[in-house]
Amino acid sequence: MNKRDPGAMTQTNRPQISLSDGVFVLQGDLLIGTIEDLNMSQGVAQTIDLSGVGQFDTAGAWAVVRLERRLQAAGITPQIVGASALQQDLLATLRQHMPEDDTVAVVSVSLSDRLEQLGRKTAAALREMLSMVGFLGRVVATIGGLILRPGRIRWTAIVHHMQQVGLNAVPIVSLMAFLIGVVLAFQGAAQLRQFGAEVFVVDLIAISILRELGILLTAIIVAGRSGSAFTAAIGSMKMREEIDAMRTLGLDPIEVLVAPRVIALILMLPVLGIIANFAGLLGGAIMSWIELGVSPGVFQSRLVSNTGVWHFGVGLIKAPFFALIIGIVGCFEGMQVGGDAESLGRLTSTSVVLSIFLVIAADAMFSIFFAIMGV
Amino acid sequence: MADDPIISVRGLVNRFGTHTVHDGLDLDVRRGEIIGIVGGSGTGKSVLLRAVVGLLKPAEGQITVFGESVRDTSAADYRRLRRRWGVMFQDGALFSSLNVQQNVEAPMREQLDLSDETREALAAIKVRMVGLPDHALQKMPSELSGGMRKRAGFARAIALDPEIVFLDEPTAGLDPIGAAAFDTLTAQLRRALGLTVFLVTHDLDSLHAICDRIAVLAEGRVLATGTMAEMQDVDHPWVQAYFKGPRARAAIAQKETL
Repeated sequence: MNKRDPGAMTQTNRPQISLSDGVFVLQGDLLIGTIEDLNMSQGVAQTIDLSGVGQFDTAGAWAVVRLERRLQAAGITPQIVGASALQQDLLATLRQHMPEDDTVAVVSVSLSDRLEQLGRKTAAALREMLSMVGFLGRVVATIGGLILRPGRIRWTAIVHHMQQVGLNAVPIVSLMAFLIGVVLAFQGAAQLRQFGAEVFVVDLIAISILRELGILLTAIIVAGRSGSAFTAAIGSMKMREEIDAMRTLGLDPIEVLVAPRVIALILMLPVLGIIANFAGLLGGAIMSWIELGVSPGVFQSRLVSNTGVWHFGVGLIKAPFFALIIGIVGCFEGMQVGGDAESLGRLTSTSVVLSIFLVIAADAMFSIFFAIMGV
Repeated sequence: MADDPIISVRGLVNRFGTHTVHDGLDLDVRRGEIIGIVGGSGTGKSVLLRAVVGLLKPAEGQITVFGESVRDTSAADYRRLRRRWGVMFQDGALFSSLNVQQNVEAPMREQLDLSDETREALAAIKVRMVGLPDHALQKMPSELSGGMRKRAGFARAIALDPEIVFLDEPTAGLDPIGAAAFDTLTAQLRRALGLTVFLVTHDLDSLHAICDRIAVLAEGRVLATGTMAEMQDVDHPWVQAYFKGPRARAAIAQKETL
């Protein structure tokens, strides 16, 4: 076996180590895949004999140098004999590059480390919140400036984004609202029938869709659809240094990229909300007719007489605020993208989660506010 | 046996749609040499590299590495073959979700069953061998400069002690000092690890400093191979322009003064 051509890479000989007469004798191929079979942690000797070694790579040299270091630590200056010129070179390279302290620092996490991490994360979250508020301020100031100087408004971009976030979202938004109306009518009917108060299903559907569900669910869908698209588009521009290129050309990225998106969203979300309201009422009316026998005529007259227009107003007032949240969060996270592709993916999902969360939080605030105001 | 080329390309044809990049290309790479592949933009230097390492299926032709065909091989054979070479892409192509140490460990983790301790120690050595400081181990690729990313990519390419290393424009985008340092590193590691280096480059200084032979790609084939001196005598307008242009003269002059 030992006579095999050391250059033939197809077959490897198991490496062996033996200790006799104060000499470590190494044999076989010392390769990255095999050196772990060797037990080099025992015994001391003056000499390391490599003459029986076939193939030899960095890992083999690492093992030999480690053995040498261990012996040196034990107060011996070992000699390496029988190494070919190439093997000598490799050993020298390893001695030069191997860290003195071979033990790689084990990262242990103590309680204080965890506390520190918690503190750092909290501080980072607060800082991010602060810079997001700063971003909001800059966007509002930019939009204010645009209103004062309407010549600078980029109408083409606004219309393009209105189509993207508004028109193209109509099918999914209306389908969703229609199904929500159906579900509400169906569930409401089952409960109200117990009291013989089937006709109140109209109030149930109208108030819940007009006040809350229509606009809230529309905002959630738009956050998932357009908020993520904003982050991805602006983020990939940031990655390819397009944003920096814009700044060097004297273009303000907020004015060119962010403002048209936010304006388009503020204009389109109320429209989508109205469409969702109609689709939801339609779904509810159809289901009430099928399930409860409330005819469309009854549904309409009860809707008109019993549901104040303020229910509709309360829902619609929230739309521009939700639009602002989605637009600001989507664009802000896009501007946070760094140089690597990984951050783009991470921030896109952060953008969706954060904007949905903030939309729901804002909706809760509005509920409290309207309750206090008695609307 | 020793005279057999380690990489042999015969009659390689690569097409993208109707555009023929390689048209009957022949190339031999000898064991232990640093061969520089040069050619104008769009002559298919990187395409050749991709074909040799099997990332791209050529339309026609035979490519053998270590005497085995890259193209007509079973998946298991290809995996075994792949372990014997390392590739460094332009700009390092480090996995952006892993830090430098994990990047260098990645091939070891995939191909071998090593203990954590051994793997970490070997990765640390490889990172030091390419001249990166210890604190770079824990850095993410996005935190590194271009030159450091290339070095880390090199460390990953040599993680398994390959016999051949493919380098795709290793000095592009580096400053002259960084580029010269990378050349020195390549030559050093070639000596220490007994590497064969397949170097795709535009850098005349690299060609002068470290390449044993140069292969010029043009018109879909290898126009000429030979040493830098032999390139001066090749009678082809592109080769003349490339090796006798002002930049080439500067590189030669620099080498002579050293």
